[in-house]
Amino acid sequence: MPQTHASGQPYEDDAPEPAPPAAKAESSDALDSLLDEIDDSLQTNAEQFVRSFVQKGGQ
Amino acid sequence: MVKWGRSSNVFLPNASRLYIDVGAHPEYATAECDTLTDLIASDKAGERIVHGLVEEGERRLADAGIDGTIHLYKNNVDSAGNSYGCHENYLVRRRADFRAFASALLPFLITRQIVTGAGTITRSPAGAHYSFSPRADHMWEGLSSATTRSRPMINTRDEPHANAELYRRMHVIVGDSSMSETTTLLKVGATDLILRIMEARQPLPDLALAKEMQAIRDVAHDLTGEATVELADGRRLTAVQIQSTYLDLVRAHVGGVIEPTPEVERILDLWERGIEAVRTQDLSQVDTELDWAIKLRLIERYQARLGCALDDPRLARLELAYHDISPTRGLFHRLQRDGLAATVVEDAAIQHATTAPPATTRAALRGRFVSAAVAAGQDFTVDWVHLKLAGGSKRTVLLKDPFRNTDERVDVLLTALEDPSAPVD
Repeated sequence: MPQTHASGQPYEDDAPEPAPPAAKAESSDALDSLLDEIDDSLQTNAEQFVRSFVQKGGQ
Repeated sequence: MVKWGRSSNVFLPNASRLYIDVGAHPEYATAECDTLTDLIASDKAGERIVHGLVEEGERRLADAGIDGTIHLYKNNVDSAGNSYGCHENYLVRRRADFRAFASALLPFLITRQIVTGAGTITRSPAGAHYSFSPRADHMWEGLSSATTRSRPMINTRDEPHANAELYRRMHVIVGDSSMSETTTLLKVGATDLILRIMEARQPLPDLALAKEMQAIRDVAHDLTGEATVELADGRRLTAVQIQSTYLDLVRAHVGGVIEPTPEVERILDLWERGIEAVRTQDLSQVDTELDWAIKLRLIERYQARLGCALDDPRLARLELAYHDISPTRGLFHRLQRDGLAATVVEDAAIQHATTAPPATTRAALRGRFVSAAVAAGQDFTVDWVHLKLAGGSKRTVLLKDPFRNTDERVDVLLTALEDPSAPVD
């Protein structure tokens, strides 16, 4: 739907009960399985992938 | 987004603001929140909203026959060294000595990165090392009213988005974007507690730093927490000592200025464990709760597996993956799914916050208005303090009190939207 902004320029700016911390048990194994899962995608063209991530400007 | 609002700058039904910032990245500003849980839910909801844009973009790529994926990162620097980050806005009472008031917060903000930093691999000609905050090297001033040019830690532009006679805005731009909900809880929660003490005009320990820009860098690049920074009075203290002093101060005010609640206790407990983790170099105390420690653990494990140096591009790729907002591809989300990253709010609360505004602030009025105007197909204009229907002059409502979530004038506008024949003017 049509929506205009009062000022033409964008601004620059931009509890319930606490949940328990994540369980620690067997977390090492879980971390290793997670790394197994993502290993291939991280290794593929990693250098080019990282170099191509450039964000101009902003704050 | 452009289709929805015919603009690259819109307020959404959840009362947040979404727009394209300088540099063509999407920027999301949560609506005004008066609780930390609302804030965390709104912040996380923003990730889901911009992920919707990613999915839409990928569909369009596919329709155009282009094989590609879009990655969106909630991080703090790119591979060319450009910095952006996460702004925090705290509404404070207006006072004549605002600059001194804001300056007094700087020693806290400069050292809080040892607990709330996003962590990053820093590359230099001398090699790579892990540091607390990717944002630290990009700060050039303590206070300033400019942001893109000078990069201050606190932006002093006087723009409260509320009754300016009563309120001032503490606009903190030295913080890292956080993936972890518990890190956000500590980052915003501890800052809020310090501000409450300052607003109650209680004395603060004098920890003014001699060289703020040097200090923020020295703290960032010393993971042991043993590096000292020089104070204006000539003393040298570590970031651990300075943060401990603030933590002790806050503890002393619990039951007085600060009402004791389970949430306050959770913030203080995490704060204490975070400082202790640095002091003892035992990250296991916080490695599911603080971004820099969660990420370091991941990087160290992957590095050991690859047997590579810290400047290996595969580790940089891992770091990017941590900040990917995709619920399926994003590494942080997978850590959370596997119980390796703690949460603060329920998943359902985050989903609710993608469409529903925070209920207890002015945001509730804005959200209802946007939803109703969209449903009615009416032209409208919205900013943080105005709601305006196209047409007569009495169709504009000014909302100067961010804590009011009901307003008869807004009810009239909403009635007009539901029934176009109802009188407004």
